[in-house]
Amino acid sequence: MVPVADRISGAEGHGRYRALVLRRLVLIGGLCVALFLSVAVDMALGPANYALSDVFRALFQPAAVSDQLRVIIWDIRMPIALMAVTVGASLSVAGAQMQTILANPLASPFTLGISAAAGFGAALALVGGIAVFPVATQFMVPVNAFLMAMLAALFIHFASTMRGVTVETIVLLGIALVFTFNALLALLQYLASEQALAAVVFWTMGSLTKATWPKVCITTAVLAVALPLFARRAWALTALRLGEDKAASFGINVRRLRLETMMMVSLLAAIPVSFVGTIGFVGLVGPHIARMLVGEDQRFFLPASVICGALLLSATSVVSKTLIPGAVLPIGIITALVGVPFFFALIFTHRRRSW
Amino acid sequence: MVGLVLEGLGARYGKRVVLSGVDTGLLSGGGMTAVIGPNAAGKSTLFKRIAGLISGPGVVHLCDTAEGKDTICYMPQDTGANAVLTVYESVLLASKQGSGWKVQDSELHEIDRILAALKIDDLAFRSLGELSGGQRQLVSIAQALVRKPEILLMDELTSALDLFRQVEVLGFMKDLAARSNMAVMIALHDLNHALRYCDNTIVIANGTMIASGPTSDVITQELLRDVYRVDARIENCSQGRPVIIVDGSLT
Ligand SMILES: Nc1ncnc2c1ncn2[C@@H]1O[C@H](COP(=O)(O)OP(=O)(O)OP(=O)(O)O)[C@@H](O)[C@H]1O
Ligand SMILES: [Mg+2]
Repeated sequence: MVPVADRISGAEGHGRYRALVLRRLVLIGGLCVALFLSVAVDMALGPANYALSDVFRALFQPAAVSDQLRVIIWDIRMPIALMAVTVGASLSVAGAQMQTILANPLASPFTLGISAAAGFGAALALVGGIAVFPVATQFMVPVNAFLMAMLAALFIHFASTMRGVTVETIVLLGIALVFTFNALLALLQYLASEQALAAVVFWTMGSLTKATWPKVCITTAVLAVALPLFARRAWALTALRLGEDKAASFGINVRRLRLETMMMVSLLAAIPVSFVGTIGFVGLVGPHIARMLVGEDQRFFLPASVICGALLLSATSVVSKTLIPGAVLPIGIITALVGVPFFFALIFTHRRRSW
Repeated sequence: MVGLVLEGLGARYGKRVVLSGVDTGLLSGGGMTAVIGPNAAGKSTLFKRIAGLISGPGVVHLCDTAEGKDTICYMPQDTGANAVLTVYESVLLASKQGSGWKVQDSELHEIDRILAALKIDDLAFRSLGELSGGQRQLVSIAQALVRKPEILLMDELTSALDLFRQVEVLGFMKDLAARSNMAVMIALHDLNHALRYCDNTIVIANGTMIASGPTSDVITQELLRDVYRVDARIENCSQGRPVIIVDGSLT
């Protein structure tokens, strides 16, 4: 017979579950507040530093502040701050769903070669002036980067639908893509003029400084399409983490779910990279942090990944402005420097399994 | 009466035919059917075919089942999962497939009830990755039960369980099948369990059906010799139940 004490705790299962859900909601709420503050600080910092109160006034009572402050906050700093948010969110969600559908903790836009492909596409435009698809010169870099990223994502995708290809093979293929595109990139850099070389290096380090409102709108639009689609499939995506057979036994069309998710993920990964260059770390670590905080029920994991990624990149943007006064360091460098210690701290202080 | 009849059922993976010629009489609700056979015979394949997860010739006739998504529920053999989910969440997940985000109290109470019935309520908030093999199997059973199927296919139901749990789970399932008029098919390796708990037995070997019918007619000394290649006797124990006594393997 099972002891009485266990019986009683069992009867309270639903209560404990409700408490667990509440704790997660509070955590997600806290992350939201942190993100909001980080964005505000991000906008306060720059060649001229403002007090947070000025930033809030410019945000909520634009008529009450000077024209200069309004222009700096709304037209110059806000696109950059919001670009950090949308790019971080996109990459993190892309990584989260790649990890989910490929059942692999190493999957991310960066590790599967999508970022490397984008880097190669950008370098083609910067070094050789070669357009993969004929467009006006000022769009050549992002369009090239996007097309190459999409190509890599589609390659990964179609490889994953081939018979006999396992999720482990996919990760191997991704790593092969990383090496291939990095080698091609190195070749271009070797051949490039000094000026083009500098441009390529700057691009591959990733930078938010070229953010504009239209770019922010495009990344937001992709998120606005992808997130509801993922949300609708929340239970199915979570079930996928119980294994393919188990998911199929729940009546889920695993193949189709993988295909649709991979298509959305490709967009989510390719578009930000084409605008801001290579920002590697967020797509891998954002979802891991979210998973450690709220687990893998996608109803919580999905929003938590969005916010963790956004917060990570926004905080990085703040650090990139403050580390060397007067200089804005390329954000791709800082992501790892900020993210790694934080990530280590989480891993080592966290008792529960994280994958 | 809920039930199913298999007619000329077969299955293939790609072009390779791994199962053919499975014909049965009515496997009716309220009882359990054992599917037995050596390793790689095609037992799991048969279950996947019945559940519609793979294709092949033949038909599965369903009798008197209500129109709904969860007529047939298949519990796969492999239960290894490293998801960062608690036992409770993983069972909730099974019951919520295809529905919205909102979780009703009644759904949670149902999960409490099933976990208590399987005596794994003390594991409810442990994470899946920390469970032992047998505990995982019990969770897998909970995930199948919470879906309330009319026809339940359980692959290797007891292979990871200790003796006490085997007897308990099989007794529980037999009881449940009778109470809720559910047709339960289980793939088994322990033929004594088949003799004890299952009304009907289907024997699969080398991808074909060897025999099907009432368990005591199907499991015979000849079957043990031909299919399992063991030298064995089937004798009645002091309580009058048939038991298999294995004397050795035949080469
Ligand atoms: N996904 C697959 N692709 C190709 N062949 C498969 C696949 N799964 C199983 N098989 C083959 O089908 C045959 C039957 O396998 P199945 O899993 O049905 O055996 P089983 O009777 O359940 O065995 P066990 O008692 O070991 O669980 C085996 O020869 C196996 O190699
Ligand atoms: Mg099997």
